[in-house]
Amino acid sequence: MPHISSSKTQPVYDVIVVGSGAGGGQTAYTLTMEGAKVLMLEAGRNYDPVKETPMFQTNNQAPLRGASTPDKPFGFYDSTVDGGWQVPGEPYTNASGDPARQFWWWRARMLGGRTNHWGRISLRNGPYDFKPHARDGLGFDWPMTYEDLAPYYDKTEMLVGVYGTNEGLENTPDSPAGCLLPPPKMRAGELLAQHRAKKLGIPVMAIHRAVLSAKQDAENLPAKLHPKNAKAQRLIAKAMRERAACFWATACGRGCSIKANYQSTTVHLPPALDTGNLDIVTDAMVRAVTVDENGKATGVSYIDRKTREERTVKARVVVLAASSAESVRILLNSKSPRFPHGLANSSGLVGKYIMDTVGARLGGQIPALENLPVHNEDGAGGAHVYVPWWLYKEQHAGKLGFARGYHIEFESGRRMPGMGSTSGVESMNGGNYGQQFKADARRYYGSFMGFAGRGEMIPNEDSFCELDPTVKDKWGIPVLRFHWKWSEHETRQAAHMQKTFAEIIESMGGKAGKPEATGAAAIEPGGKIIHEVGGTIMGTDAKKSVTNQWCQTWDVKNLFVTDGGAFCSNADKNPTLTIMALAWRSSDYLLEEMRKGNL
Amino acid sequence: MLTAAASVALMERAGVAAEGAATTGVGYGTDPDLVKIYKPGDVWALTFTGAQRRTATALCDTIIPADAKSPAASKVGVPDFIDEWISAPYPGHADDKRTVVAGLNWIDAEAQKRFGNDFADLVLRQKNAICDDICAFGRAKPEFKQAAGFFRKFRDLTAGGFYSTPEGMKDIGYVGNVPSVNFDGPTPEALKHLGLA
Repeated sequence: MPHISSSKTQPVYDVIVVGSGAGGGQTAYTLTMEGAKVLMLEAGRNYDPVKETPMFQTNNQAPLRGASTPDKPFGFYDSTVDGGWQVPGEPYTNASGDPARQFWWWRARMLGGRTNHWGRISLRNGPYDFKPHARDGLGFDWPMTYEDLAPYYDKTEMLVGVYGTNEGLENTPDSPAGCLLPPPKMRAGELLAQHRAKKLGIPVMAIHRAVLSAKQDAENLPAKLHPKNAKAQRLIAKAMRERAACFWATACGRGCSIKANYQSTTVHLPPALDTGNLDIVTDAMVRAVTVDENGKATGVSYIDRKTREERTVKARVVVLAASSAESVRILLNSKSPRFPHGLANSSGLVGKYIMDTVGARLGGQIPALENLPVHNEDGAGGAHVYVPWWLYKEQHAGKLGFARGYHIEFESGRRMPGMGSTSGVESMNGGNYGQQFKADARRYYGSFMGFAGRGEMIPNEDSFCELDPTVKDKWGIPVLRFHWKWSEHETRQAAHMQKTFAEIIESMGGKAGKPEATGAAAIEPGGKIIHEVGGTIMGTDAKKSVTNQWCQTWDVKNLFVTDGGAFCSNADKNPTLTIMALAWRSSDYLLEEMRKGNL
Repeated sequence: MLTAAASVALMERAGVAAEGAATTGVGYGTDPDLVKIYKPGDVWALTFTGAQRRTATALCDTIIPADAKSPAASKVGVPDFIDEWISAPYPGHADDKRTVVAGLNWIDAEAQKRFGNDFADLVLRQKNAICDDICAFGRAKPEFKQAAGFFRKFRDLTAGGFYSTPEGMKDIGYVGNVPSVNFDGPTPEALKHLGLA
């Protein structure tokens, strides 16, 4: 089975998966490898990174030297298709006119979704991150432990390929031997930061990113991923052999034609299609989950974006992985006399407790990096190091004034020049031109570093989404209306971030930019970090959560949500790896329940 | 995910009842061919007049003249790029067009006033006399403040246009974008420079 048009779908599937990103890709991979017949519906167009990635194009070959525009918010060469914080014809609304109370919703309308352009940062949640309420009384505990998910982190890392090191740090889990690929060497600025920040007690270590720093072990990994499944082992071994190791050039956000980094379109979907068990229909905008008289899901209704026809497809099980907010939208739009408030919503919590990551940044100029002897710093197309949260003891002792931690990401290096590459020069020389300007541009190139904090947000009652009572998209589907509010835990954390970044920059002998006066001014808007999770949170009580620990909705047992929606907390660790591990675990449960005849 | 570098200025915030109006539909759209090689004028028409182009070219080359390391800005297509930039149908670019067109008019008028010639026809010493008054926004006298704002914008465009070309990348010391078997990290010389050898 292959990519098909909407008129060629089978009468009934075992499972329909809505969405093709990290959650949908992993779900379809796990299910099809075990023999389930799956239909994947993707709202955007088909997309092939092997053919479409601008690997070596330079900025002078792009319109506007590759600068960002409303059409391409992350720059021309960003892989995102038909996406951004605005999607033409598919609006969303915010209830408040106050920018601090608004949510920015990033979507990508393409096969593979946001996995095509993401930062590839792949951090495990630690043991504390599953039991935050038990530690400080805030938010919710997960109905599972780190040990429950750890085997799936192992498998996900082996499947997608993640580089990094094991450092044995608190709540920053090590991976078992054989999971991680070797980390790339640190760049000049990263090394300098590691050396100097040590004196501040701030640990700079190899980051974990889903990039093949070396070829995958196609001889041994398949049996670990799929024990007793010879076909799956054969297919994933073939897929691993088709992926090249990173050749240390081009930014990962462009996508990767040699499949060296993880994107659903190069890692999850090819072997899943090879099983013969997967049909993919793209340009399929799902409106609602359909149900029978017993309240069981029967399939979904969707709009074929090419023909504008409304279609329905049927399956024994429906899995939503459309992005947490889009899955909320589908559930709330799945109204029926039996479910007047939307499907799986007897708790009234569908759309509640949406979260993003706390973001704040600060840049500085580092004289030690001026006139650095020329060398190639492209590396793995993204950061090589980060700082995991390091103040657990101080925080637990109540010394920080905010409850949860953050990690630090770095922007450094002699990166491919584009618009803005010399924009810091004026701050150094006051503004000049001619031969001296050219000399200064050489001197200061690569001497600017940026530090970005990524911190945990605690779910709150004021951050949620619902259906807008009047606005519909161009397909006639009611849209989401967002409500947002940061608490002082987040704004104080943002202030702490900027203070820390200034200290690191100064420890490097550099001059920091001016921090914002308050945390509320420093914090990025909700949604800006694109770590949208929550909205269909998991729990142990059907009255206080939407799904159980298997991402299975309490109300409709053959309906699952395997994107970030089930997160009931949002640790500082970037969510994608956890989405994949969780989707794999939930899919194993789903298969087992199908085998038992329970679904 | 990393934050979009420098994208915020051009971004419209997700407003109340956002209508998806941030995209204009007259630029390259939300799904352009990324593999294709573009040149200014391919997607939207360029709008410099002959006189504007002549002045812009002279000013580009005053900001980035030829030297032993690299050619002048105009030799690698920077005036065409600036024309593309100010002609673009995106928010912000119309403001830049107003700034650039007014600035080019001002600098020609100033050249006429001081030296009786268009800026492009001045000798280097004369060009420098004008640029010295407007090249540093923070230090510019009140009567030159507006022109200094233009000069800053024009220098940013010239430098962005120049250093993104192969000649500019070589000049500034960018030697990446080549596939390699290994990533070696900083060279011994670079480590020594950092005091980490």
